[in-house]
Amino acid sequence: MLTALATLGLVGLGGVVTSHEAGMAVPDWPTSYGYNMFALPMRFWKGGIFYEHTHRLWATLVGLLVVLLTRWLGGFESRRPLALIGGAEVLAGIAVFLFRPELKATGHFLTGIGGVVLMAALIWTRKGSSQPGLCKMGWLAFFLVQLQGLLGGLRVVLFKDHIGILHGTLAQIFFVLLCLIAVRTGWWWEQTGLRMPLVDPVNLRRWAFLVTALIFCQLLLGASMRHQHAGLAIRDFPLAYGKIWPATDSESLARYNSQRVETTVSNPITAFEIRLQMAHRAGALLVLIAVAGFLRSARGQGVFKGVLVLSGLVLLQATLGAATVWTNKAADVATGHVLVGALSLVTGAVLCMILPCGSLRSPQSTVVPVESGPAH
Amino acid sequence: MKLKSSLVCAAGILTLTQVLSAADITGTVTLKGTPPAEKTIDPLKADPTCGKFHTENPTTHFYTVGAGGELADAIVMLKGVTGKSTGAAAQPQVIDQKGCLYSPQIVAVQTGQKILVKNSDPVLHNVHTTPTAAGNSEQNQAQMPASPDLSISFSAPENFLKFKCDVHPWMFAWVTVVDSPYFAVTGKDGKFTIKDVPPGKYTVTALHRKASPAGLDKQIEVTSSGASADFTIELK
Ligand SMILES: [Cu+2]
Repeated sequence: MLTALATLGLVGLGGVVTSHEAGMAVPDWPTSYGYNMFALPMRFWKGGIFYEHTHRLWATLVGLLVVLLTRWLGGFESRRPLALIGGAEVLAGIAVFLFRPELKATGHFLTGIGGVVLMAALIWTRKGSSQPGLCKMGWLAFFLVQLQGLLGGLRVVLFKDHIGILHGTLAQIFFVLLCLIAVRTGWWWEQTGLRMPLVDPVNLRRWAFLVTALIFCQLLLGASMRHQHAGLAIRDFPLAYGKIWPATDSESLARYNSQRVETTVSNPITAFEIRLQMAHRAGALLVLIAVAGFLRSARGQGVFKGVLVLSGLVLLQATLGAATVWTNKAADVATGHVLVGALSLVTGAVLCMILPCGSLRSPQSTVVPVESGPAH
Repeated sequence: MKLKSSLVCAAGILTLTQVLSAADITGTVTLKGTPPAEKTIDPLKADPTCGKFHTENPTTHFYTVGAGGELADAIVMLKGVTGKSTGAAAQPQVIDQKGCLYSPQIVAVQTGQKILVKNSDPVLHNVHTTPTAAGNSEQNQAQMPASPDLSISFSAPENFLKFKCDVHPWMFAWVTVVDSPYFAVTGKDGKFTIKDVPPGKYTVTALHRKASPAGLDKQIEVTSSGASADFTIELK
């Protein structure tokens, strides 16, 4: 639970960093301005550096929590694999130092995280491992968090916006995974949660998957838009450049760009970006329709409240999306849009997870977890 | 001995005639149409450190236009002239960071010409170049107050190559890299002079980051008395 909350904070911070276009404010990694990340003097903590640096520190905290979580979920049996992985990472890190000195940033990262993993292996726990499903989710989180950290760092040192998109998307998937773990380990799962009267679980499940998949597509589009550094490609809503579907020929583009005066973004907009945003708008409409359908078929059933929450979030999300355009992408509105997007995805994924079993099975039986709704 | 001296003499006359016949291209760039209003850079004024360097709210300078439409910050260059760069021997171009803004914001240099980036501010900036042409590499270097100038150069021609500072997300400069010495940036009067162009037929192009990023072309012939080329960029 704690880990999930911390991750939400991290996704939020990631959103803050990109909203402020501050992703590259700290040019080196894993060091910050040559300092060890934890010893960066306060005089550096200004402007964009503040956002990016807080993001990094917080990410480290999440990483630590996830490693502990894996240890806890994996119980006694996780000691050996953790020790092996930790050891291997430290060795790999040292090998990188020795043979590929130009990649020494990655070496630092590997030895650091390997050390943490080794330490986790040393913690004594008598607890047996959790259900195999949960245990697997723990391991998945364990690998994802490391991959995520590596991607975040490589984005900074390799100057690749594509890695940034991947980093943003993986963050969402990772957050969903942690929330699913939190739900599975919480009191709610053990007790009442699953004894809901469901008339037609198969139909509801279909709806849940559809909505979650649509939301995930929206998040993908959103992440790509955030990493184009072009700000808003279309500045009016509900119309687009005064039309339902805007013109994207080169002459119109030149006209749009010549009329743009932007203070903190700089890339000229392209036809691709306009289409991207139009797709995002159309997608939002689809999500809204799908959620309405979901809500209708869930009426009077055990999950109705959950679906109601999802609908509320989606509606809020659509409003925030429109507000992002109307406020000319005010940083806090845009960050809120990222956060509520993540929450909507999680709610959808949780619904996916609880629906297949519904009232048909008891919580103790092994349930094949839906590891991440979006994958479907 | 006689032969040698006459050879030297002939060579001297040859270079002399070349220099003499090389001439300037002059002209004015005018903007037709109403540009959008400049915006105040609010995050700069709101920044606790950088805001103090400005008594008034600083604005963007995308269109610097005179009363008669004279357009500053347009880059005029000979199109398709490559491999003539004398950048390695040219004076370095200085870009300063002052008041948490790049100055100047529109710059043109030759390939291989040094760009010296200064930090006149008592705050840290990071100088982040984001080229897109193959052959120019992206760099991101931190520059502390009072630290030595950063020296940067590019080997491939590229229009409006962006410099930015990620600490202060409103800080940008756009550097156009030309593979010859035949270019100029218009002043506040919209005027430009491209110096010492050898006689011949050329395509001259006028680029403005906002109004004509792709360039407005014009065919001219440079004779021993030079040539003139006036451009009118139309905003639609
Ligand atoms: Cu700066």
